Amino acid sequence: MNKPKLVLVGNGMAGVRALEELLKLAPELYDITVFGSEPHPNYNRILLSPVLAGEQTIEQIILNPLDWYADNGITLHTGKTVVEIDRIKRVVRTDDGLEAPYDRLLLGTGSLPFILPVPGKELDGVIAYRDIKDTETMIETAKTHKHAVVIGGGLLGLEAANGLMLRGMDVTVVHIMPWLMERQLDDVAGKLLQKSLEDRGLKFLIGAQTQALLGNESGRVRAVRFKDGSEIPADLVVMTAGIRPNTALAEKAGIHCNRGIVVSDTLQTITDPRIYAVGECAAHRGIAYGLVAPLFEQAKVAANHLAQMGIGRYTGSQISTKLKVTGIDLFSAGSFMGGEGCEDIVLSDPFSGVYKRLVIQGDKLVGACLYGDTVDGSWYFKLLREGRKVHDIRDKLMFGEGALGDAGHQGQSKAMLMADTDEVCGCNGVCKGTIVKAIKDRGLFTLEEVRKHTKASASCGSCTGLVEQILMFTAGGDFSAAPKKKALCGCTDSTHQEVRDAIKNEHLLTIADVYAKLGWRTPNGCSSCRPAVNYYLISTWPHEAKDDPQSRFINERSHANIQKNGTYSVIPRMWGGETSAAELRRIADAVDKYNIPMVKVTGGQRIDLLGVKKEDLQAVWTDIGMPSGHAYAKALRTVKTCVGSEWCRFGTQDSTALGKLLERATWRMYAPHKVKFAVSGCPRNCAESGIKDVGIIGVDSGWEMYVGGNGGIKTEVAQFLVKLKTQEEVLEYTGAFIQLYREEGWYLERTVHYIARVGLDVVKQRILADAEGRKALWERLQFALQGEPDPWFEFDKAQVDTRQFIPIVPVAAAQGEPA
Amino acid sequence: MSTSHWTPVCTQSEIPALGARRVRRPDGVDIALFRTASDRIYALLDRCPHKGGPLSQGIVFGESVACPLHNWTIRLDDGRAQAPDEGCTPAFAVKVEGEQVYLRSDQLHASITEMHAAHCDGAACANAD
Repeated sequence: MNKPKLVLVGNGMAGVRALEELLKLAPELYDITVFGSEPHPNYNRILLSPVLAGEQTIEQIILNPLDWYADNGITLHTGKTVVEIDRIKRVVRTDDGLEAPYDRLLLGTGSLPFILPVPGKELDGVIAYRDIKDTETMIETAKTHKHAVVIGGGLLGLEAANGLMLRGMDVTVVHIMPWLMERQLDDVAGKLLQKSLEDRGLKFLIGAQTQALLGNESGRVRAVRFKDGSEIPADLVVMTAGIRPNTALAEKAGIHCNRGIVVSDTLQTITDPRIYAVGECAAHRGIAYGLVAPLFEQAKVAANHLAQMGIGRYTGSQISTKLKVTGIDLFSAGSFMGGEGCEDIVLSDPFSGVYKRLVIQGDKLVGACLYGDTVDGSWYFKLLREGRKVHDIRDKLMFGEGALGDAGHQGQSKAMLMADTDEVCGCNGVCKGTIVKAIKDRGLFTLEEVRKHTKASASCGSCTGLVEQILMFTAGGDFSAAPKKKALCGCTDSTHQEVRDAIKNEHLLTIADVYAKLGWRTPNGCSSCRPAVNYYLISTWPHEAKDDPQSRFINERSHANIQKNGTYSVIPRMWGGETSAAELRRIADAVDKYNIPMVKVTGGQRIDLLGVKKEDLQAVWTDIGMPSGHAYAKALRTVKTCVGSEWCRFGTQDSTALGKLLERATWRMYAPHKVKFAVSGCPRNCAESGIKDVGIIGVDSGWEMYVGGNGGIKTEVAQFLVKLKTQEEVLEYTGAFIQLYREEGWYLERTVHYIARVGLDVVKQRILADAEGRKALWERLQFALQGEPDPWFEFDKAQVDTRQFIPIVPVAAAQGEPA
Repeated sequence: MSTSHWTPVCTQSEIPALGARRVRRPDGVDIALFRTASDRIYALLDRCPHKGGPLSQGIVFGESVACPLHNWTIRLDDGRAQAPDEGCTPAFAVKVEGEQVYLRSDQLHASITEMHAAHCDGAACANAD
């Protein structure tokens, strides 16, 4: 049987990436033919700058060697330019008369450099900076000639200038605009950049307008003349004044182009659905992207449709910029220039070469421009994308996300200063050298890929900024371009919020209903989405949606905490951290009886029995006879208390009594993530209320309530919410706050992150300003907890499959039939 | 192999759908018996190739299980880790007749090292990409 034919025109990064994605989805579907004008296999165009600078070789930047095409049965024609698409006969023709028929055509023709229309532009020694040939020309010229002029002081021009200077040339950058990289930097940062490049030896002619290129008798460029009549010597002129989507082929074939080949959300050209376009040549919703991450997103969607799956949509990317000149840290995103109706927050320290400008409009971060210290770039980018209100964090905004209590990477903020042996990711023990090696050896481009391959930044994420810096300097290009919305997991395009909304608005009651309604790509999800969806169902429709134990992580299925050797830990509940001789005796007896190897006191004022065999769990629970401590669950863990006014000579309030009350009112409560409370009896705060999800501090006149604290990965100090008078009020306000979090938090989002996402003002509005709403929230929590079973004792009601505790022991083997 | 038999171990309904049961072996690590949503039954050594986590305790989805310790995804049919993770856990022969699930007696009695030699040697897994 003849397979349908797929032809790719343009053997570059976007098009070949689409083929790679397609081969993953449907390896046998098409006969694939690729045409490329350049004589090389697909290489990483972004890394031409390091090649020019002598930091890498051409061989090192090849992405798909010739073997790759052969191994995947792809016919590759290099050095051949497609000059015609015959859409009636469905064939493409090359400049040397080769024809190839297609059923589907993928255009990845990229972009062309913009050549200034000045006299002398066709002289020898006048080039653009686009491909391997240009790079080789520059390297060769640098060996024999002295003077280089780069026209255009944007990203590409500065990289070219830097490379030529490192190759020994005397380089002048001519830039018509008032400062460098005006599309990415404001004037202050642009001038700082110019200063540091001048310190390295580059020369600049800012505001100079090129009038002509002058040649010598042999037809080679010798000088550049400007409008004011002045001239500078030039043996090499590199034009880096911008790029234009390469649409000539498509236009000739009658395909609609408007600053790029116009494509739909499925990357099909709007003129001919058999023809797709990806990459720099494509205009999606009016934008032709020139950065690698959006191109790869497009490639994925195009591949999805070519594979006839038909479910991917590309909805555009938001982009940010970094410069890959070694040793210069620079980041910008959004409307960094500010303007009418915008407010600026600026930090400027010229002495240490740090400049940061944050632009705020309508209480939202709309732009950022960072020079010299970019580690918080990804955080600002996230705020910008999410469009979250910022006034509650405005005073801290400038100092970045890591301003408080960041741990795990020795307080480093500049990846470039780190040695290869320095640890970047403290969670997974990943050193800088390991990350660099993985990026180089495996050709990684995105943060997600680095996370998958090295596990760096895959756990707590606090080193994300560092990993992005390393990616930046190792692989070049731009990696912080991100989808406008983040899907819950790979099984769907829906976000957490969209799933929550669908469950609520459509009254969905089962995981299968959710998957059907939202068009999940997988039959029964994965280990990321199933627990999330299960939680959303039971928290949205308590007593209606049925809990699915098989969609819970093992700890919430066996109601104990799995340890590294496959044994479990048991932490019985001690209300408010108070216990008794009788309880301790029963615990001690169980430890002896079941040979439990370790007994440890936890930070939450409980006793942890570690190393319990799964077969013994039921018996240990029964023998101890104390309620489940839920220390294994995304649920209320503990209410930590100090002894309070009953005993303490400083105590102003009975914190232990209130703690017990709170714990009895809210235990068995599942939540997006674990939840911890604390009650201290006086401002000395011995129960550490300042780092709990809800922290209560007794004062002489009542109780202060703090929310959103966290003592984990990043120490986060809880924020003051309200001062209350009575225990009843504390119960109601705490219950209402935690119910708000249960109903609106995203799965695995702690209260601190929930508040950071929606803003403390929203919480204040819902809990403080809206008394009716508060009471309703508190009532909904009580309703949800009504009759909620203790999973250590009420197995049926809690749907605990007790068969899991008993291994199957096959009867004597000989009884079976011969195999 | 001539002495090998199919040994009945349990019925299909004794394994929860999208779940697993552990089968004890006299001389070795447990076997994890999985049941998918479409009632296919698979058997793997109850040990993740990463850090030895008990796969029987993981979340089953599609034709895979996620290890409960570090969330590696292991394929149920051949025990391979999903790329870019690398590794392989031995898979066992399973037979289902009606409701009855069988494992092979020699495999029930083999020790872990023999299993490794038989199912996870050389090219098949070590070079898996």
